Amino acid sequence: MTKSTAIFVNIGERTNVTGSAKFRKLITAGDYSAALDIAREQVANGAQILDVNMDEGLLDSEAAMVTFLNLLAAEPDIARVPVMIDSSKWSVIEAGLKCVQGKPIVNSISMKEGEEQFREHAKKLRRYGAAVVVMAFDEKGQADTFQRKTEICARAYKILVHEIGYPPEDIIFDPNVFAVATGIEEHNNYGVDFIEATRWIRQNLPHAHISGGVSNLSFSFRGNETVRAAMHSVFLYHAIAVGMDMGIVNAGALPVYSDIDPELRELCEDVVLNRRADGTERLLEIAERFKGGASTKKEADLAWREWPVEKRLEHALVSGLTDFIEIDTEEARAKSTRPLDVIEGPLMAGMNVVGDLFGAGKMFLPQVVKSARVMKQAVAYLMPFMEEEKLRLGTTGSSSAGKILLATVKGDVHDIGKNIVGVVLQCNNFEVIDLGVMVPAAKILAVAKEQNVDAIGLSGLITPSLDEMCHVAAEMEREGFDVPLLIGGATTSKVHTAVKIHPNYARGQAVYVLDASRAVGVASSLLGRDKANYVADVQADYLKIADAHARAQDNKRRITLAAARSDGLKLDWSAYRPKKPSFLGSRSFVNYPIAELVPFIDWTPFFATWEIKGTYPLLFEDEKVGKAAKALFNDAQAMLKQMVDEKWVSANAVIGFWPANAVGDDIALYADEARSEEAARFFTLRQQIARSTDKRRHVALSDFIAPKETGVADYIGGFAVTAGIGEEAVAERFDRANDDYSKILSQALTDRLAEAFAERMHQRVRQEFWGYAPDETLAPAELIRETYAGIRPAPGYPAQPDHTEKRTLFELLDVEKQAGIKLTESYAMWPGSSVSGLYFAHPESFYFGVGRIEADQVADYAARKGWTLREAERWLAPVLNYDPVRVEAAE
Amino acid sequence: MSKAASALTLHHIASERILVLDGAMGTMIQRLKLTEADFRGERFKDWPRDLKGNNDLLVITRPDAVEAIHRQYFEAGADIVETNTFSSTTIAQADYGMEALAYELNLEGARVAKRAADAVARETGRPRFVAGAIGPTNRTASISPDVNNPGFRGVTFDELRTAYAEAARGLIDGGADIILIETIFDTLNAKAAVAAVEDVFEEKGVELPVMISGTITDLSGRTLSGQTPSAFWYSLRHANPFSIGLNCALGAREMRAHIDEIGRVADTFVCAYPNAGLPNEFGEYDESPEAMAKLVGEFARSGLVNVVGGCCGTTPDHIHAIAEAVKGVEPRHPPEIAPKMRLSGLEPFELAS
Repeated sequence: MTKSTAIFVNIGERTNVTGSAKFRKLITAGDYSAALDIAREQVANGAQILDVNMDEGLLDSEAAMVTFLNLLAAEPDIARVPVMIDSSKWSVIEAGLKCVQGKPIVNSISMKEGEEQFREHAKKLRRYGAAVVVMAFDEKGQADTFQRKTEICARAYKILVHEIGYPPEDIIFDPNVFAVATGIEEHNNYGVDFIEATRWIRQNLPHAHISGGVSNLSFSFRGNETVRAAMHSVFLYHAIAVGMDMGIVNAGALPVYSDIDPELRELCEDVVLNRRADGTERLLEIAERFKGGASTKKEADLAWREWPVEKRLEHALVSGLTDFIEIDTEEARAKSTRPLDVIEGPLMAGMNVVGDLFGAGKMFLPQVVKSARVMKQAVAYLMPFMEEEKLRLGTTGSSSAGKILLATVKGDVHDIGKNIVGVVLQCNNFEVIDLGVMVPAAKILAVAKEQNVDAIGLSGLITPSLDEMCHVAAEMEREGFDVPLLIGGATTSKVHTAVKIHPNYARGQAVYVLDASRAVGVASSLLGRDKANYVADVQADYLKIADAHARAQDNKRRITLAAARSDGLKLDWSAYRPKKPSFLGSRSFVNYPIAELVPFIDWTPFFATWEIKGTYPLLFEDEKVGKAAKALFNDAQAMLKQMVDEKWVSANAVIGFWPANAVGDDIALYADEARSEEAARFFTLRQQIARSTDKRRHVALSDFIAPKETGVADYIGGFAVTAGIGEEAVAERFDRANDDYSKILSQALTDRLAEAFAERMHQRVRQEFWGYAPDETLAPAELIRETYAGIRPAPGYPAQPDHTEKRTLFELLDVEKQAGIKLTESYAMWPGSSVSGLYFAHPESFYFGVGRIEADQVADYAARKGWTLREAERWLAPVLNYDPVRVEAAE
Repeated sequence: MSKAASALTLHHIASERILVLDGAMGTMIQRLKLTEADFRGERFKDWPRDLKGNNDLLVITRPDAVEAIHRQYFEAGADIVETNTFSSTTIAQADYGMEALAYELNLEGARVAKRAADAVARETGRPRFVAGAIGPTNRTASISPDVNNPGFRGVTFDELRTAYAEAARGLIDGGADIILIETIFDTLNAKAAVAAVEDVFEEKGVELPVMISGTITDLSGRTLSGQTPSAFWYSLRHANPFSIGLNCALGAREMRAHIDEIGRVADTFVCAYPNAGLPNEFGEYDESPEAMAKLVGEFARSGLVNVVGGCCGTTPDHIHAIAEAVKGVEPRHPPEIAPKMRLSGLEPFELAS
């Protein structure tokens, strides 16, 4: 993964001997390997910073800190994230600082022993390079009131920033969270004191941050976790709003603010915000009621529960039911000699039924993925028994059809399709190692070697990933691999695989896989007995394709760029008065209400993700897939509701408008209406296809903007939206629960929500923000058919195939900061459920494909963008009408 | 603490044009085909260990040869030469039993380079600088040399800090204008070097510009100790270096993406001195001066760099070609980076506000 950016950082306490009894026991027993596992789990579960604390009276804390940090440095999956060196002893902090190559946070220093020692510690930290938590603590003690908190922090800030030159952005103040509702009146305002001090510090001590240990707040409600969690949630809600951006919180137990029972929330707020004198009594009164809580589930038809266990397992697999899977698996295990017999017996038998039904077109992908979820949970249940048997007998036993490594290549973030392929392969008894997204070649190869895999599968959605796949293939060749290489994903094609990837990997065989349903066939053929024949067929096929491709290249006639330009779309600008947008510059929308987006969802592509072809809602009527589609749709609706209600994900957007004019095939954006200072420039590509009869013009996006020489004051807009903030955590949560079905469903939904958001935003742009169509009244379904005026093409798509134009857009809109979307090195957007593009308002603008372009335009484009020809050819590779290598060789 | 006058000149020049660093010292020394006797000289003729290959020792035993190489690089167009002190730490010299000579090697290394710099500056009327080179040593502070004991360390932060401080003292006393912490494959070593250099600045009451150069060891795009280029920068930003950049291990072609990444996050000058391509099947670097200058020239025209030069396999011919290629090209303008808390493990982390 590339850089992670956080708005609020939650510091876990699992690798803190004062916060976790389990960790303390492991460290005092010297079991560092189990202690490392805890750290690993923390990071895998999304910890952004790892808090390490060894302050335990019976420990040699310095030695424990050094040992643990040194061991941790050897674990790349843990050492990925920064460390918080947490100790009240300076000697332990300094020992820790000498072990970390990254930039850590030190927690903490204070003026408890006076200014001199504080200065000395700060100077040393400056030399080691670290961010630092400063406790609001001085010679007189811990700061309790607003007055004391702000005074001490201001004094510390002055010493650090103005005397020592400490970077203010590296300072984190902890203004002390104290218990409220203790029955002592002086304590009642502690919550308010913290929140107000936070506000003051953020306003008066520029760039400094705020942290706090939240659990202290509810100390008087020990034993009543529901009330404690509600108090924490309420407290954080208000503290984060005024600038608290770090905290030690037990996040798992924390309810979403809006989900707290309204009565409880009200009373918690009274206490935390000290809104009424009797707040504590009132909260105490109702606290008992919230101690615990249960929910009921409705019962389904359970006749099948009477069947024999093998039949029940089959039924559960085919129907995708997980409710009884552990009970049934246990029953089957008790009957068997070995736990493996359950897998190889009834479970595989059931999966074979699933595989047959899928092969016969009687089951559909969403159902198969549900079956896989059942299988996974059954296997997860059996794992401990198999481990135990392995220890006891020293045997292993698995009859996997083969081990396949899957990865979305470096720079690309899209993995729904890859996840589906993984599930389908697993259903067919392949062992799958999924490395996730943005995986560098070196890691793919290293894991492939270490795990001795039988095949590697690469996935990618955006065009720069094609290059990366060629690179992986070449690296496999270089490192002496010979296992098959499977290629799949929206951007890939048989032609690309045959022409570009296949020649890079002579030692093995690269094979294009059209979709998930073909994956099993391809993998089985490649790993089966008949491999040689299959490979020979593929090679013959690819030879033909490469040949045809080479011939076709010569035949694809293009006109020159000059000719295309003179045949450009010449709109009549004399009669057109562009509407001025309601504002210029950018505007961001953080936490946009997701419920508002739901009606804008286009469901047809959602079904396509699951390989159910057809148009929504007509496909429900389809005799073959109708039922499966309906079931999938119901699941999707249920999850969508939860997603909205429980705020699984949040949505951000940023849009902007600028004065603009076309300059040749470029679009110049100006800083203001004077149109003298160019703020940025979008480059566009023009169609060069030779048309004999067709009268259509040779269009570029710049044709839709008034040329500078017309003197017409035109405008352009841009946008970036995401509905994927938090999507990764949701997917990981399902991953941990062995629930691929829900994982893929959640990813497909956030993907749709992002598209819906783009649609909704575009509507608001037309009606209010740009306002060129204030009276437009189209229903969401009509929007999907795009019957409105104006377009919103995205860089990387047919009208502008150059992904790198996104960088300009992202800089103009400051997207990363305003909406939390980042670009990878291949210009994929992260989170994946994001959409960006440009707004054109001209009523005659339309979507088109640039198609393939000639060398003259590539050279011209390179010169305009300040690229070398090679760079241009690299980024435009998918649309080149020639083979750059061949041209070079011919010269 | 006083900033050296040459530091101001250097900053001034760097904001106006691209500075040129020298090329490989080892490659040039190899060409001289020196013998064991050359390395020993009169002073070490009875030294109990073989000394051939201890290139740094030549600043004492064959200062004429080392000075001549520095001159060649200056004459080829370099603004800055690196002292021949890559391995002149107590830790690296232990291989030859010469730990006690560490200070002297650095002192003489700086002196001999300074002599060449002053002479060429006088002759050409153009200021020339000496960068006191501090190599990584042959030990790593955050990687265990023992695969069976990942918690073990062959060297500690404090040992490195002491060794680097000794080197820095010699370099400063010998007249270096810049301190160059280079070929960093373990960032913890570099952090110790930064602390040591600042210790010595404080001790001597001077402050020289510090250049920091890491090494991305292979196509994984990470340092040997596993950091990404951005994470590497975040780990060392507290040094407020004159420049941050990369050298060694990769040719210009492979280095480009990583230099680009550093340039996007670093609000200081960027320095790149790649190898002359990747080693060929004989382990030699054979990229021609023209080919390399074309690539480095493109770095310059794309606004990626402020200081360029060469590492393994590069010669005065390479430096000449590179100097010509970047002549008149606008230097990179360091971006304004909004102040945010930026931390790192192996990967970078940023707090939003």
